[in-house]
Formats: sequence, C-alpha cells, structure tokens
Amino acid sequence: MTTQRTHIMVCGGTGCVSADSLEIVEKFKGALSDAGYSDEVGVIKTGCFGFCGQGPIVKIHPDNVFYVKVSPDDVAEIVGEHIIKGRTVQRLLYQEPETQKKLPKHDEMSFYKKQYRIALRNCGLINPEDINEYIAFNGYEALGKALTEYTPDKVIEIMKASGLRGRGGGGFSTGLKWELTRKTVSDQKYVICNADEGDPGAFMDRSILEGDPHSVLEAMALAGYAIGAQEGIIYIRAEYPLAIKRLEVAIAQAREYGLLGKQIFETNFSFDIKIKLGAGAFVCGEETALIHSVEGNRGEPTKKPPYPAVEGYNRKPTVVNNVETLANVAPIILKGAEWFSSIGTEKSKGTKVFALAGKVNNVGLVEVPMGTTLREIIYDIGGGIIGGKKFKAVQTGGPSGGVITTLDLDTPIDYESLRAIGSMMGSGGMIVMDEDDCMVNIAKFYLEFTQDESCGKCTPCRLGTKRMFEILDKITKGEGTMDDITKLRTLGKTVKESALCGLGQTAPNPILSTLEYFYDEYLAHIQDKRCPAGACKALAKYKIIEEKCIGCTACARVCPVSCISGAPKQKHVIDEEKCIACGACYTACKFQAVLRP
Amino acid sequence: MSDIFSLEHADEKLKVLDAFIKEQNAEEEALISILHKAQELFGYLPSELQLYVSRKLNIPAAKVYGVVSFYSYFSQEKRGKYTINVCMGTACFVKGVEKVMHEFSDQLGVKPGGSTSDGLFTLKDVRCIGACGLAPVVMINDKVFGHVTTHDVARLISDYRAQEGSDS
Repeated sequence: MTTQRTHIMVCGGTGCVSADSLEIVEKFKGALSDAGYSDEVGVIKTGCFGFCGQGPIVKIHPDNVFYVKVSPDDVAEIVGEHIIKGRTVQRLLYQEPETQKKLPKHDEMSFYKKQYRIALRNCGLINPEDINEYIAFNGYEALGKALTEYTPDKVIEIMKASGLRGRGGGGFSTGLKWELTRKTVSDQKYVICNADEGDPGAFMDRSILEGDPHSVLEAMALAGYAIGAQEGIIYIRAEYPLAIKRLEVAIAQAREYGLLGKQIFETNFSFDIKIKLGAGAFVCGEETALIHSVEGNRGEPTKKPPYPAVEGYNRKPTVVNNVETLANVAPIILKGAEWFSSIGTEKSKGTKVFALAGKVNNVGLVEVPMGTTLREIIYDIGGGIIGGKKFKAVQTGGPSGGVITTLDLDTPIDYESLRAIGSMMGSGGMIVMDEDDCMVNIAKFYLEFTQDESCGKCTPCRLGTKRMFEILDKITKGEGTMDDITKLRTLGKTVKESALCGLGQTAPNPILSTLEYFYDEYLAHIQDKRCPAGACKALAKYKIIEEKCIGCTACARVCPVSCISGAPKQKHVIDEEKCIACGACYTACKFQAVLRP
Repeated sequence: MSDIFSLEHADEKLKVLDAFIKEQNAEEEALISILHKAQELFGYLPSELQLYVSRKLNIPAAKVYGVVSFYSYFSQEKRGKYTINVCMGTACFVKGVEKVMHEFSDQLGVKPGGSTSDGLFTLKDVRCIGACGLAPVVMINDKVFGHVTTHDVARLISDYRAQEGSDS
C-alpha cells in the first residue's frame, strides 16, 4: 500500500448523493489521474458530515479544509489550486452568516463547535464501505476486549453503570433491558436492531447506518454476547436503499474477517446478523409490532407484558435496541462507564443526536451532550431562523411529541425535562417553526399522519385519531365551535389513557400541547374565522394587488356580497371581513390583479 | 382480472421468483421479503400474484392479502414506469411541499395515488424519507431531488418524458 499525502473526503450521505456527490468522486478520480497524482492523493466517499444544508461537502485531509456546496464543475479548480498549488479555494469555503467570515476549518464553525460526537464519531471520517477504516479507528476493539476479558455479566454491569438509555424515544435503561433478557432462561435468544426510523423529520439512524454501519454490527454482537444470543436481525425501512446496501457490504466484510460468524476472536462465542426489510408502516417502530413484522405478519402491536425480554421473536427472549443506542455501545465498553456517565445530566447520560430541520439556517444532524438548551441548539448551532424571522416553536418527538415555545428555550434538554413541558425526546427530530406556521395546522398535520398510520387494532386509536383529525380539519376551515375544543381535550385524554401501544397513547400530544401553548390561535380560527399565520387556505382572503388594478370595476360587479369598493379607474379594495372567498373576483379580473389565497 | 402472467417475460420473472422463494426455504416468515421480490419483478402485486405466492408458501391467500394491504410499500395497482414520491414529512411540510404536490397533480392531471394514462408516471405521497436537510424533497424512483419548488416541477416532468423519448 502506498502512503498518500492527502485524502479528499467526499460526503456520500443521501443528501449529498442527491446533489451529485458521486459524480464529484468520479471527477476527482479522473482529474487526479490526469494530473498524475493518483498515487499521492486518495479520494474517499464517506458517510454523512451532518451539515446537510451545505452539501455536497468535500473535506481535504490533513489540511483540514472544509468546502461546502461543491458542484462537479468545481472539481478541476480544487485539484488545480488546492491539491497542486496548495492554495485554498476561497469561494467554496463556508461563510458564517452572522460574521460574514469565511471559515476553512470545520471546528471553527459554530455548527460544530458545541457538538460532542459519540454516536456520530465516525460519520464523515471513514469510508463506510471499508472495514479496515473502521478497525483503524478502534473498531471491533470493544468486542475483542469484551470477549476476551469480560464476562457477559460484566458487560451488562458496565452498560448499566454508564446510564445509557434507549435513544428511540422510550428512554429505558439499555443495561437493564439486556439484564432482563439475560435472566430469562431459554435455548435461543435474539438481538434485533430497530432501524425502522419512521418519525417524520428524524434521520440520525439512517445517517449512522450509511456512515458507520460497523458500529451497529459490533454493538449487536456485544449485546448478543451479553444476553446469550447467537443471532441478530436488523429491521430496516425499505425506503433507505443506500443504508441497506452499506449494511450488506459491512456484514459481508465482517464475516470475511471473522468478526461475525463462528467462534469470534477464537472464543466460543458465535454470532451472525441478517437484514429484514420493513414495508412502510410507522407502527412497526413499536417493538412488539416490529417483531410481528419480522415474523412476516401484519405489524400490529400486542399487549405488554409479556415484554420482548421474556417473549419476543419466535416467542424467545429478544432485545430490541435502536440504531443510535447501539452506536453508543462500543465507546462505552472501551472507555468505561465512568467516562460516559460524566457527560450529560443527572438522569440522562451521554449525548443525543438531533435532526435539526425546518425554518432554521443550519439544517443537519447535531450531536450534543444531554442538558444542552434549545437556545444553544437553534441559535448557536442552528444559526437562528431563516430570513431573520421570529421563532415560534420547535416540535420534538414527531407525531408523539409536542411543541416547545420561547418560554422553554433555556430549559436544559433531557428525557425528564421534555416530558415535564408536555413534549418528549422521541427519536430526536427537531422541527423549527417560525411566525408563518399555523399551530392548529401543524397539529392537524400530525393527526393526519397518526390516523393514517394507526394499524386499526384497538378502537381508541383507530377511531379516536380519526375523529380528532376531523375536528381539527373543521377548525382549520373556519367551521369549528368552542364545543370542539372541549371534545378535543376529552377525546385526547381518553385516547392517551386507553390506546394499546405507544403510537395511540402519544397521538394526542401534538393537540394537547398546542392547545396549552397556542390556545389563542385556536380561538382565532373558531371565533374570528381567521388564521393568524395565514397558513390555513380556507381562512385566507382574496387581495387586490394595487399596482395591477386599473379600476375596471369588473370584480366589484360580480362580487355576490358587495365587499369590493372603489370608484371607476381607481384602485379597488376587498373588505376582508365580508369576503366569503368565493373566487368570483379572481375569475372576473382580466389583469391578474386579484391574488388568490 | 389483469393477466399479469401473460405479459412479456412473465415466465422468466416467475422463475426468478421461484428461485428466490426456494432460497428462503419457502418459510412463512419470509413472506414480506418474498413480496418485496415479487413487486420488484412485476412492479405491483395484483391478486393473482398474491394467490401464486400463497400457494407456493402453502398459506391462506387471506394472510397474504392481509400483509399486502397493511404495508404502504406494497401496491395492488399497476404503477407508472416512474413513481414520483413527494415527501410529506414534517420538515418538507413546513417548507411548503403541499404546493409542490399540487403542482405535480395539476401538471400530470392525476390525484396523489393515481397514474397517468400513458403509464409513465404515478404520483404518490410518501412518508419522511429522511432527507430533511434538503426539504422539500421529491424522490423519483430511487433518485432524490432536494429543494424542489413549484418552478422545478415542469422541468422534472419534461426531463423524464425526454428520457423516455430517447430510450424508445
């Protein structure tokens, strides 16, 4: 192997791939070979850098220069200037919006400064399709250490002491889950990785699987060793083709290296992993539903107990862990429980990956210690609201969570604090909303989702979510009554208390939380028949564009409620209070002067 | 009843499917994987194909239908050559993907879930595809397009139409 002086890392995550990053890789290879530098300079396709809003991203090592929004046409310049002449291409550097300063190094950017990466440690750093690179960064060392130095009980003890809790949303202690499964006596046990990331707005699991698949495989083997399982299953969404492909490559390489299969590290421990595809059902993120789906059935949840730790896949004890949870396991085994539990808050240890999206400047994946405040995430890391607009709320926990307003911007985030303010951690989706977003409409959006994804097995969820959606729909159309608010509250409470699984139990959260924090918006829709954010179409009014109106009076003549005033050859005005939004004026105007809502 | 087995290359496709089922040891547990394969080969899962799978696995057709109708990834309707998946995730929603959906719907003349009469396009809403950084997102078959606005819609459609023209 030749020693290369420089590595060009090109992001190969879904976001950047969709912006032609694979073509960039090919162009680099071509340009380097034309210039005769193929031996000295390597081109590596990495996992996601996390800064998706700035993609495609190209990073040059060891110069530590971070280029953003690179297009295939920029390749020749990077090779000619940077690689050959050693001059940084200024125009492709990231420019910080507040200071207007160009920053070549990623660790100087406020997006990265406050981050602390454990689960995402290798994303953007290694080639996910090459096991050697994972091994070079201490990969499979934790597995080797556990198999040769630790008993399974010791592994569980470390996990428990670390304080790691399930990152899929539940927040149950991972070590305890493993211990319960270990204690159940059975001839066969299973480890299942839940990669059915269905929460709209969350994509950390996909990025980990695409950027660092081996970290998940290693953790599954560790879990297998701890609980006494020989078989692991990754249940992954069929909508993630790239992640599936990288996992297949990773599993094949791990088998080839003897890191999966029989007698790993020459011990008596054998473990292998297979992939099972989901088929598009949000409820399958619930562990009992997931297990039924793995078994080839409709993914309907069943009552707990029995918990999967006692009776899971094939009626055998099964551990179900989420992708991000697993990505934390190997570092904990290597660096120790004390190190991990020194990060975070009293009850929530370690870090959490959030998918920052919506109306925020820096969109992407961020990993921060538990206890970081929302203000730090949205303003310091996220760079504030797009277009300098006013922050309104952030939705966490997806369809199961609630909104957080300016009141709680300075609350340190962990499992408990989020629950206390009526939201939840969920899988870590964080959708930032500004003054243009209508909160009633957002609640309606989530209920439309849950009523559609409800599996229909239990009545509270099947009918309750449907009725709540219908009431919200009515309100957004200006047909709501005050009685509807009472109905929403009682119905929400009933569904919360009586639904079979987590999907139903949490489905009313978006309504209850918006009712709590944005009651005035509900009132505006019901009493004033007005949408303060101007997002609800049915409540939006027609307007006349002054510059285009020539005063022909055509609109005023057709208006059935005579709400348009204005003398001939003068600008006309619509009285929004009287307008019934029939659209007659829009059709009548020959000068496109009427603006349709 | 559509006659999916009389289509061109149907025999070869069935052979591939048979081999795949055999590889799975015809286990009932593999039903979802087998349906994925069948849909990949034939494009959709009409009732006779569901019946075929149920007989091969020796399980009730009702069970196969139960699974097919439960999961949104499986389609019982014939789909266009290109499926336009418009992401309806939250990030795309707050960035105004609804307008993009309307534009596609207007320009193609089909409602979400429908296919164009020339068999070229199917318009679908899809659950979050996890490319929230690029919102609003549209996925045409396996290719992801980010930051799509209503102005891009006409170009996307004509690009795919042109591709079709040059293929045939």
